[in-house]
Parts: sequence; structure tokens; C-alpha cells
Amino acid sequence: MSLSIARGEFFGLLGPNGAGKTTLISVVAGLVRPDAGAVSVLGADVAADYRRARRMLGVVPQELVFDPFFTVRETLRFQAGYFGVRAADPWIDEVLHHLDLEAKADVNMRALSGGMKRRVLVAQALVHKPPVIVLDEPTAGVDVELRQGLWQFVRRLNRDGHTVVLTTHYLEEAESLCTRIAMLKAGRVVALDTTRNLLATFSGLCLRLGLERGELPDGLAARVLARDGARVTLRLDGYAELESVLAQLRQAGVAIKEFELEQPDLEEVFLRVMERH
Amino acid sequence: MQGFAALVRKELLRFWKVSFQTVAAPVLTALLYLLIFAHALEDRVQVYEDVRYTAFLVPGLVMMSALQNAFANSSSSVIQSKITGNMVFILLAPISYLEFFLAYVLASMARALVVAAGVLLVSVCFVELRLAAPVWALAFALLGSALLGALGLVAGIWAERFDQLAGFQNFVIVPLTFLSGVFYSIHSLPPFWQKLSHANPFFYMIDGFRYGFFGASDISPAVSLGVVGISFALVTAGTLALLRNGYKLRG
Repeated sequence: MSLSIARGEFFGLLGPNGAGKTTLISVVAGLVRPDAGAVSVLGADVAADYRRARRMLGVVPQELVFDPFFTVRETLRFQAGYFGVRAADPWIDEVLHHLDLEAKADVNMRALSGGMKRRVLVAQALVHKPPVIVLDEPTAGVDVELRQGLWQFVRRLNRDGHTVVLTTHYLEEAESLCTRIAMLKAGRVVALDTTRNLLATFSGLCLRLGLERGELPDGLAARVLARDGARVTLRLDGYAELESVLAQLRQAGVAIKEFELEQPDLEEVFLRVMERH
Repeated sequence: MQGFAALVRKELLRFWKVSFQTVAAPVLTALLYLLIFAHALEDRVQVYEDVRYTAFLVPGLVMMSALQNAFANSSSSVIQSKITGNMVFILLAPISYLEFFLAYVLASMARALVVAAGVLLVSVCFVELRLAAPVWALAFALLGSALLGALGLVAGIWAERFDQLAGFQNFVIVPLTFLSGVFYSIHSLPPFWQKLSHANPFFYMIDGFRYGFFGASDISPAVSLGVVGISFALVTAGTLALLRNGYKLRG
């Protein structure tokens, strides 16, 4: 795998479970040592120059982990200390404010809900103001309102110049946030492009049909994207093709009971990329 | 070095927050040993001239408590962090494996010394003690707790479940400390057992520490310090090798 992410990007890593997203992040973060190859963060090799590489990285791990001995503030102060940050309190307060955790600052980690623990993980990753932020499934288990707040904050960090790398299962989040996306399958990059280009590659429209009776004519077979019994999804290159497709169906004696015309979204693109590889 | 300092502070606060369990409990346990063994053996055993059995017992109990708690501190901290997953926060930080090692060992030594001081303070309420060579006592307390702190680190890294760690503690650490001459002088043992005791590094730590109190010991304190020092150097080298390779910590 060869992948480079530019400074200041909002980059998405997508792929099914087991594709290697977390392993890739673990290699970058130095949690897993690669058998071969090299990774560097802003020019610092993650093995040879690990101190500099780690200072530049803020990683939000996927697992909901915490140290049950400490309060939220203690947790953040220690984390800042590990990175050699002195007088961390003003920034800690700011992060707590943005993540809506101010009221919980002196509460033990054990007493927090899952969503709150997740936000503390985000705060821990940001406590040393890293230029590169890696978020591994940061919104799993976080409710909708807080998810919006979290994204607002991460977007602001990205605008301020932080590079953000994100993995998520919510493809609509990736579509709206990421400027560039890599799709992974079985440890390989199977698609890598800007979000706009990826959506454009599969340009055109999706025509979803529910067939009441009749068989799809052979002339339309090349357009089939998905088929599930009497439900068929066809690909159109544009609105102009709609008429001829409907005419072919009519001539074949097909009766339609459901009809839907959609713009393809990232989910569509993702499914097709995964099917192809 | 700042990351190292933060890790030391974290480790100290970790045991201090539960000091009822990590300090008060071992002090009480040692006190119970003292009361029971002193009651049972006071008039029957005399090891050194002019030293009553109860007084003989105290330094052994102090050192035993220190060693067991040094081991318990690093081993339980590491395995808890591994099992709950929060070890990741330390592994993500720019902390070298040497700093990692030193932080855990120093925190173990701190807990060992606090427990040792506690046992000693409570004991002097019941027993008259003298301190013939305090520098020797301190040297053995520091080096012994460092050795057990490092051993605890190895055990914590190696063990994948709490029962494996408990096995290490119950089947290795406890027998070695109990059979090290805490409760008796090895000179009272049959020759075979005396020889076997010489193979137990814990014997040298207890015997040397006791020299600091009475100015008398089963073997020369310089020899004991040498044995403990070499043991510490070997365990340190082994632990650092494990940490450098990321054994069971970095995949």
C-alpha cells in the first residue's frame, strides 16, 4: 500500500470491517510495527524519529478505553504531561468547552456515559495540539446532537490548518466532511480520489424499480446495478435516457409498481467499488 | 523527560488514590504477622545474642512487605492498563522504553518505601528496635524494591489474564519471600535447606536489610548487596530487552 495525505486535508479512510483501516492507523501511531515499509508523519519517520512523529499525531482510538482511577481533568493533565505540555489547563478548558464536557471535568471517568467517554478520548487526542488528528470511528455511540457538535469542532480544527484523517461507518459523514477519500479492501487501496471525483466517476442517476410483472428486457441488462427479486436498480447516464428506458420496458410488457430516481451518493459509490474488487 | 515525569506522577497517584488497599492493608497484614509470631515464638527462639525474637522479626516483615508491594504495584498497574486498554495512551506518547521502565520501577519503589515506613512505624509502638547501620538498610530497601518493581513489570507485561499474574505472585513471589528467612535465621535450618536458601535472591535482601538494624547477619552484607545488585542488573537487562522489542505491548 502506498498512500500520502497532504497537509491540511480532511481525509477519509473507508472500508468494510477487516479492511485494515485500524491496522494502518496503528502502524502510523507506532502501536503496531510493520513487517516492511515505512511511514512518516510530516517528515518524521514513525520508527526512527518516533518522538517527533508522535508529538505531531493525535489519535482517537476506536475502543472506548479509559483509566478508571482518574477524573476527566486528571486524565487530560496526564495526557498533556506525557507529551511534555506545560501549563495545559487553559487549552484543556477550551477543549472541554467545545466538547461540552465542562460540567464533567472533575467527575471520575467511570461515571461517564459512553458518549461522554468517547468525547474525552477526542479531548485526549487534542490535548497536545497535534497538527495531525486521526479519528478512528469517533462517532460510534455518540448521539446525533453531539455528533454535530463534534464535527463542528473538528471542522474548525481543520480550517485552522490541522490535517484530519477519519475512519467512519457513516458514509454520509465522510461524504460531507472529507475532501479526499481512500477506500480499503483486504489491506489494499482500491479507490483513491477526491470525494467530488469519486461521486462523479459514478455519475448519472440510479433508477430504482419495483416490477409488478414481466421480465427485464435483455437490452437493459448492462444497466443493472443491483437486483433483489422484483426490485431492480438501473444506471442512467442522464435524465435524457429515462424516456428510452421506459419505452423499452413498455415494449417488453413490463408493469411497474414502484419508481424512484436518485442521485448516487457515497454509499452507492462505496458498494460498487467493493463489488468490483 | 517531561513525559517521564508525568508517567511517574500518574503511577504515584494511582496507588495513592487507593491507599487504603495499597498501603494500609499491607501494614495491617504485617502487624498481624508480628503479633501472632511474636506471641507464639517469643520465648522459644533467639537468633542473635541480645536480640529478642520479636525485634528480629520486624526488619524481615518490613522488607517482605516492601518487596511484595513493589511487585504488586508495577504488575497490577501494567496488567490493568493492558486489559482495560488504556495502555494505548502511554504507547501513543513520545515516551521511550527506558523512561517507561524507570517510571514504573520508581513508582513501585515509592509504594514499597511508604509501606515499609508504615510497617516500621507501627512496629516500634510494640517493639524496641535499634538501627545499627541505617545506610545499609536503606541501600537494601532501595535496591530490593527496584528489583521487585522490575520483576512486577515483567510479570505484568507477560501475563494476559489476572489469574496468570496471581499465579506468578502466589507460586513464585510469596514462596520465595516466605522461605527467605523472614521468620527464622537460615542457620537454624538443616544443611540442605541452608544451601537451597542461598539460591534464593530474597534471602540476601532480607538478610542484608536486617544487618542495617542489628549489625549482624547470616552472611556479609557486602556479599548480599552484590547478589541483589547483580540480580537487579540481570532483570533490568531482560525487561529492557522485552520493552525494546515491544513484547506484548506493541503488535
